[in-house]
Amino acid sequence: MTETMTTQPAAATQRQNDGTTIDITDLTCTFTSRRKRTTALTGVSLSVRAGEFVSIVGPSGCGKSTLLKIVAGLVPPSSGEVRLLGRTVTGPQREIGFAFQRAALLEWRGVRANILLQAEMRAMDKRKAAARADQLIELTGLTGFENALPHELSGGMQQRVALCRALLHEPPVLLMDEPFGALDALTREHMNVELHRIWRETGTTVVLVTHSIAEAVYLGQRVVVMTPRPGRIERVYDVDLPAVRDYGATMSSPTFEKLAREIRVLLGASGHHG
Amino acid sequence: MPEVISPAARPAAEPPEPAATTPDDADLPKSRLAQRAGRLLSAAWRPALLLVLLGLGWWAITAAEVFPAYLVPTPGDVANELVTEREMLARHTWVTTYETVVGFLLAAVIGMLAAVLIVYSPTLEKALYPLILFAQVIPKIAIAPILVVWFGFGPMPKVILAVLIAFFPVVVSGVAGLRSTDPELLDLSATMGASRWKTFRKIRFPNALPHLLAGLKVAVTLAVVGAVVGEFVGADEGLGYVLLLASGNLNSSLLFADLILMSALGVVLFILVEAAEALLIPWHASRRQGVPLTTS
Repeated sequence: MTETMTTQPAAATQRQNDGTTIDITDLTCTFTSRRKRTTALTGVSLSVRAGEFVSIVGPSGCGKSTLLKIVAGLVPPSSGEVRLLGRTVTGPQREIGFAFQRAALLEWRGVRANILLQAEMRAMDKRKAAARADQLIELTGLTGFENALPHELSGGMQQRVALCRALLHEPPVLLMDEPFGALDALTREHMNVELHRIWRETGTTVVLVTHSIAEAVYLGQRVVVMTPRPGRIERVYDVDLPAVRDYGATMSSPTFEKLAREIRVLLGASGHHG
Repeated sequence: MPEVISPAARPAAEPPEPAATTPDDADLPKSRLAQRAGRLLSAAWRPALLLVLLGLGWWAITAAEVFPAYLVPTPGDVANELVTEREMLARHTWVTTYETVVGFLLAAVIGMLAAVLIVYSPTLEKALYPLILFAQVIPKIAIAPILVVWFGFGPMPKVILAVLIAFFPVVVSGVAGLRSTDPELLDLSATMGASRWKTFRKIRFPNALPHLLAGLKVAVTLAVVGAVVGEFVGADEGLGYVLLLASGNLNSSLLFADLILMSALGVVLFILVEAAEALLIPWHASRRQGVPLTTS
């Protein structure tokens, strides 16, 4: 936490706050298989401002991952519209970084080569990409593991590599689909703190889908709560916590506890851990 | 004893400090070599022991004269045949090796191309798969005479038979490998704006390699069968031709010597593909424990 104090704070606010980065209007998504029709999303509208951190929380099967994939252009919506950086989404989007539930690393590449896949696919300037990769490796504490293969890394380190890869091309928008879902509680807390710091230092717009209410509230400026199938937005909470958040202090603050309890009640589930 | 170290094992630009010649540093490359030799030895002693036992059993049977000598030759007779006829046998082994290797390489290339077409085009899949299956189920020995009629006694019909017989496992393993790509990796590739070709080259193909190499290992042993079957039907050289000749003359020593060479050819080619596997996919779970046959 010490380095967070020394770096320039609140880069997020320095970024141009001109309008919205993601505009979702009346989105519906229905999957049809041979046997049945499943409505994954219905009537979803949401705007995300530039530099904002929005968490989406909801029970399993509420379509929150589908929502993220529609924003990325990986799944076409049945009706409604998504605008990303002012343009309507019709196919896979390039101006984003995407982090998946599993790290989705290439088994045969070392840490550095995995991160640089992003640069190779985009035909980025080699020297610039290499410098940026070194910077990210340092930022996420992967120094000394540059050549380690994925199977030699812990789950937390694998996710860090995936995060570096998603950030390599300095995307204006970062979409994260339960990136820490497979990690143990302690590693997850570390990753939350790291992601918070990275977000503030880079000023990237982040949409994070998660199961964890604590994660959603600690990281988000707004928390979107979704209902189960068919998924729609139940409520959007503004998180009234300071921009720079210390993990321990935030967890024990009354504002945090009150909001987390409210969301837990709304989700109607004592079974959904925080 | 620094003079034992080979020049290749020494780094070209060695730091001039005296620390570099401490016994610890000097022993390092040698111990790695010794480790490797030890690993090879521990992998080889069990099959070697089995071979010796089989040889002894063989010798015991011939010594007891259970079967007449013209049916089962002694190990000594066979060894003698291998030595005295070495020039003739070497020539024919080379012919069969050539037919097998060319057939195998063609099967690998054609099989992989077919796998790519099948995976990328549903239309071609429907058109190609029945054809490939048909080519697989038709008895190869039944096509051999036609091939000899068409292409004569040269290596061509043998190569074609080797391709026909080795091609199927390559296609099946190639298709399985290409289809086993994690869908999240393909999504990732899409968000990177990668072209289909780049996605194939950097994600799908390397991901398919472990499957593909398993298929190639099966294919290389089958390619030997294809070449020999081709030689049976019509040839004037090759190990299959020698086998027919020897059986016609009731020369059982030559027959056995020929059989030994055929299986040795298969084993050597299999080991070569395994070596290629170790080079190409050292990262894969199946290769992480070092030499595959090592258990201790």
